[in-house]
Amino acid sequence: MTAEQRARSLGVHLVLIAYSLLAVGPILLVVMNSFKTRSAIFGSPLAPPDATTFSLVGYEKVFRSSHILTYYSNSLIVTLVSMALVLLFGAMAAWALTEYRFRGSTALALFLSIGIMVPIRLGSVAILNMMRSAGLNDTLTALILVYVAQGLPMSIFILSEFIQQIPKDLRDAARCDGVPETRIFFEVVAPLLRPAIATVAVFTIVPIWNDLWFPLILTSSDSTHTVTLGVQQFLGQYITDWNSVLAALSMAILPVVVIYVILSRQLIAGLTSGAVK
Amino acid sequence: MANLRIEHLNKRYGATTVLNDVNLKIEDGEFVVLVGPSGCGKSTLLRMIAGLDGASGGDIHIAGKPVNTLAPAERGIAMVFQSYALYPHMNVRKNMTFGLKFTGVPPAERERRVAEAARMLRLEELLERYPRDLSGGQRQRVAIGRAIVREPAVFLFDEPLSNLDAALRVSTRVEIANLHRLLKSTIVYVTHDQVEAMTLADRIVVMNKGCIEQVGRPLDLYYAPANLFVAGFIGSPAMNFFEAKVGSVEGGCARVAGPGFRSFDLPTASLRVGDTLTVGVRPEHLGRGEDGPFAVEGVVELVERLGESSFAYVRRADDRLFVAEVRGRQTPMPGERATFFAAARDVHVFDAASLRVSTQNDA
Ligand SMILES: Nc1ncnc2c1ncn2[C@@H]1O[C@H](COP(=O)(O)OP(=O)(O)OP(=O)(O)O)[C@@H](O)[C@H]1O
Ligand SMILES: [Mg+2]
Repeated sequence: MTAEQRARSLGVHLVLIAYSLLAVGPILLVVMNSFKTRSAIFGSPLAPPDATTFSLVGYEKVFRSSHILTYYSNSLIVTLVSMALVLLFGAMAAWALTEYRFRGSTALALFLSIGIMVPIRLGSVAILNMMRSAGLNDTLTALILVYVAQGLPMSIFILSEFIQQIPKDLRDAARCDGVPETRIFFEVVAPLLRPAIATVAVFTIVPIWNDLWFPLILTSSDSTHTVTLGVQQFLGQYITDWNSVLAALSMAILPVVVIYVILSRQLIAGLTSGAVK
Repeated sequence: MANLRIEHLNKRYGATTVLNDVNLKIEDGEFVVLVGPSGCGKSTLLRMIAGLDGASGGDIHIAGKPVNTLAPAERGIAMVFQSYALYPHMNVRKNMTFGLKFTGVPPAERERRVAEAARMLRLEELLERYPRDLSGGQRQRVAIGRAIVREPAVFLFDEPLSNLDAALRVSTRVEIANLHRLLKSTIVYVTHDQVEAMTLADRIVVMNKGCIEQVGRPLDLYYAPANLFVAGFIGSPAMNFFEAKVGSVEGGCARVAGPGFRSFDLPTASLRVGDTLTVGVRPEHLGRGEDGPFAVEGVVELVERLGESSFAYVRRADDRLFVAEVRGRQTPMPGERATFFAAARDVHVFDAASLRVSTQNDA
């Protein structure tokens, strides 16, 4: 490596490190402070917890005074069911739109791509009315339906791209082999889509897990609140219980991190395939 | 095992006609090779036999049964693709058995067939491997194995050897020939490679622009091409063509004359004075020593030495090039003037419609 190359690589790394700190810093701060006493949070917010400042009071309060486990399981149910449906229907729709020519297929593809361009929140009022008249307000089903609608267009778009990269001969070979179309999709195409599915899974999960808007307008009782909404009860207009807020937020971060770690290898393969042959 | 009958088959994509009235009869157990320039519709024809593409018109019968409306799996065919098309996430054994699950073959029978195909193709050691861990030749054998275990009536091969290197191509070619001898199944085989076509085929089908130009045994195509296209397509290097006219007709003989070669008499009754002709002679049939009715003279421009023989590129008096194959150590020198002769039976004559003019020499 020449000196110039080394300098450039150093520069690139500095930028990347700075960016990583910027991205990870706040999260680290939240997690760190969630293990400290209230006075320590305000006294020295940047210090890690030590023997004197360490405290689990936030977590205790969260578990004692709220339905955090219900919120948690609500969030998990909504996120995982939405993700599963988005992936299943997204992959199936992508397969149908790329593999079969049928009447209206172009129109259907166009219609679906509109969903990418128009944010679903614009339809909040209509959605609220729809859910109410369907008797679905204040249910997890309502949230799941909305999130599936929100996630589908992008997942169809991404998965179509990947399906097109699967050699056509492979499907033809399976057809010659007598494999039924549904099995071709589930047993030949879907396994090859694994990296793409991981990519779509992450892109789908994160906004759903973090969403505050739809739980706020569509759920009203404690039994249907999600974690992000549940945390809000510790944020008062006059007093905010920072211990509890930070503890609840730390717990809310955890599942996303776990899922990301599980999927990250596939995700990287998905993001770079095509770019690197 | 079955025969295959194709009648008035057409294929159009929008306004472009890809196959135009294709008629072909293939006997039970026959090895038929489709050849033709790129884009002439060979793959399309094969895919239509397989049922992967629908016909725009015409009928396909396999074993006497019309199959137009049947799905690929119901036609009793198996196809081997140029890209092998192995399922990347299944090991070799699974690749071969995967399709059998859906056609109602019981597990014990599946295992028996896989074992037999593996023995035949020397794949026993590789059954648990994944396609990514195989060499190109091994992958090709697995693809062939996957076709064999289906015990199809008709095998369809689409350029199965074109991704292999030269040495492997020769050995796999021999294996395919052996396989055909062993299985005695009907095979339709698409290739670009003339040697493959000549060595493997019982009959060769020459296609051009979506039409069949000629169907015949390899040597028939070589020694008696039905038209100008087949004459130019079969054989390498390609046949030399000379423009000519019928000068006079006398007693069942036509005098053929043209620029660059010596006029000769053609024993045929079908020509008239003034007819335009094309005379074709293969480079390997142009010799220097002997005398023949056909003689062409020119100045040697370039000599390509291949060892056993050499190709001389010779410029005729009318400034056109032709190629002659010269055997042995004595190759002509560039700049040398030389005369080449051809025997009567090696001179092919085509009329204005590009069709072969039959002569008494053919007999
Ligand atoms: N889906 C399609 N739409 C329009 N034209 C097509 C389509 N598929 C094939 N063709 C055309 O049909 C013609 C025949 O194609 P085909 O693949 O059968 O050629 P081929 O003889 O197999 O050529 P090669 O030797 O290069 O494989 C080509 O000119 C091609 O452009
Ligand atoms: Mg082809």
